Amino acid sequence: MNSFGNIKTIAKRELLAYFTSPVAYVFIVIFLLLNGFFTFMVSRFFESGQASLSGSFFMWHPWFYLFLVPAVGMRLWADERRVGTLELLLTMPIAPWEAIVGKFIASWLFLGLALLLTFPVVWTVNYLGSPDNGVIFAAYVGSWLMAGAYLAVSCITSAITRSQVVSFIISVVACLFLILAGFPPVINLLQNLAHNWQWLVDTITSFSVITHFEGFQKGVLDSRDIIFFLSVIGFSLFATSVILRTHRTS
Amino acid sequence: MIKVENLTKIFGAKRAVDGVSFAVERGEVLGFLGPNGAGKSTTMRMLTGFLPPSGGTVTVGGYDVAEHPIPAKKLIGYLPESAPCYTDMTVHGFLSFAAEIRGLRGDAKKAAINRVVELCFLETVLHQNVDTLSKGYRHRTCFAQSIIHDPDILVLDEPTDGLDPNQKNEIRQLIRKMGEKKAIIFSTHILEEVDAACTRAIIIDRGVIVANGTPEALRRKSEWAGAVTLRILGLSASAVQEKLSQLRVAKKVTAEANGNQVVATVFPRTAGDGDLTREVIAATNGWQIVELRTEEGRLDEVFYNITMPDTRN
Repeated sequence: MNSFGNIKTIAKRELLAYFTSPVAYVFIVIFLLLNGFFTFMVSRFFESGQASLSGSFFMWHPWFYLFLVPAVGMRLWADERRVGTLELLLTMPIAPWEAIVGKFIASWLFLGLALLLTFPVVWTVNYLGSPDNGVIFAAYVGSWLMAGAYLAVSCITSAITRSQVVSFIISVVACLFLILAGFPPVINLLQNLAHNWQWLVDTITSFSVITHFEGFQKGVLDSRDIIFFLSVIGFSLFATSVILRTHRTS
Repeated sequence: MIKVENLTKIFGAKRAVDGVSFAVERGEVLGFLGPNGAGKSTTMRMLTGFLPPSGGTVTVGGYDVAEHPIPAKKLIGYLPESAPCYTDMTVHGFLSFAAEIRGLRGDAKKAAINRVVELCFLETVLHQNVDTLSKGYRHRTCFAQSIIHDPDILVLDEPTDGLDPNQKNEIRQLIRKMGEKKAIIFSTHILEEVDAACTRAIIIDRGVIVANGTPEALRRKSEWAGAVTLRILGLSASAVQEKLSQLRVAKKVTAEANGNQVVATVFPRTAGDGDLTREVIAATNGWQIVELRTEEGRLDEVFYNITMPDTRN
């Protein structure tokens, strides 16, 4: 059997597991409620009078994902190790990377589904005005890529520990770094501390998801931003495989 | 089918498995015995490719597990210790996943699931969520996944753990029956299982193989092998003891009063000595003997003698 088939089988099982437990439904409901609340109540979407979703809807996603994505990713490997199914999975005739990619894709698709279910917002803004749907589409792509980057980081933390709680906390902190590195107050602080080393400040801010998500919100599909998110995902999944291998050899 | 050579696993400063070598052919059921922590599970984890060995090689069906893990793993069915299952799915969903990952599709998958469901008596719980199952059912579900692709090689880590006596019996019979066509290796610390299912047994202690042979050969190492036990009416224990102790082939005699009977055991000087029974019968001519039997030897005693001296220090 080929790798594609193996990845598909792993991903299918993982997705099925999401929907047989209440996790999936709780997650989707909370995600949608948060989106609705922040878009319409906090950002005052109706009062702003703009046929755009950037300043009211997508701007919150880096912060929602900070808590919600680690909640989805924390069980990926921690639970396999705790229950012992890791032994089952890794003695099946598949390569470990196929399992890692399969599990990641399942969770990423699930996050994509939750994101797609926010479609009433798009419908609302189209009903009220005439927004640039190309910009909205680009921002959706960016949001999904950003969720993937968070998720891949959660994969690493989930592989480190048996405890889902520990995994959740570490990945929230790691994702917080990914946000704060591009958060204006933090950039100012860094510039004050290291004003002679602008390259260092630039390097740190270039790791921020916010900087890379901004382009998507303006409707720009910049290859550098896409490559940034994909390389965070690629690197994190590679790190996950190294950690899983280390557990077995030590 | 399975060839293990000089297999070693070191955890930190501890040599969990230390230079273990053995082979299992098709048609053999190898019982893997040993006290807890002897290295049974670690050896099995290396056999199935879960843990990489620190030294030595495992060859399965001609493939080196470390170098060609995927073709080797295709040949193996594995039941890990504590029989883990994905709890967030139904039994059918779990078996269907196991079948698909083994490359079974469509009708072949359906047939495979039906076969293992029948073999492992899972019909009644087929559409139940795994986390609602009792331990016995969960165990059998995991056992079912290990045989779903009808593998040539089965590695079972304590396959009867947590089952009730009837289920234990069923699983043992199943193992023995499957062992006619496959190479099976299973670990246990229940010695009756060696008799019930194995063609050969290995005793491992502190990572080292301390005995390797058929159950009969192992039993012959016991001082009970070939011993004769009698129950006699109308004599005192001391009289019985005195008379039987005169036998040349007897190494040791025990005699104890039990109600109005005396229970005596004569141990042979050389284990498994067939002459002893004849000699005892000749010597006790005229006694009122209620029962006389020749002992086959006791595995538990062999096991104790082999593994205890080590655990004491």
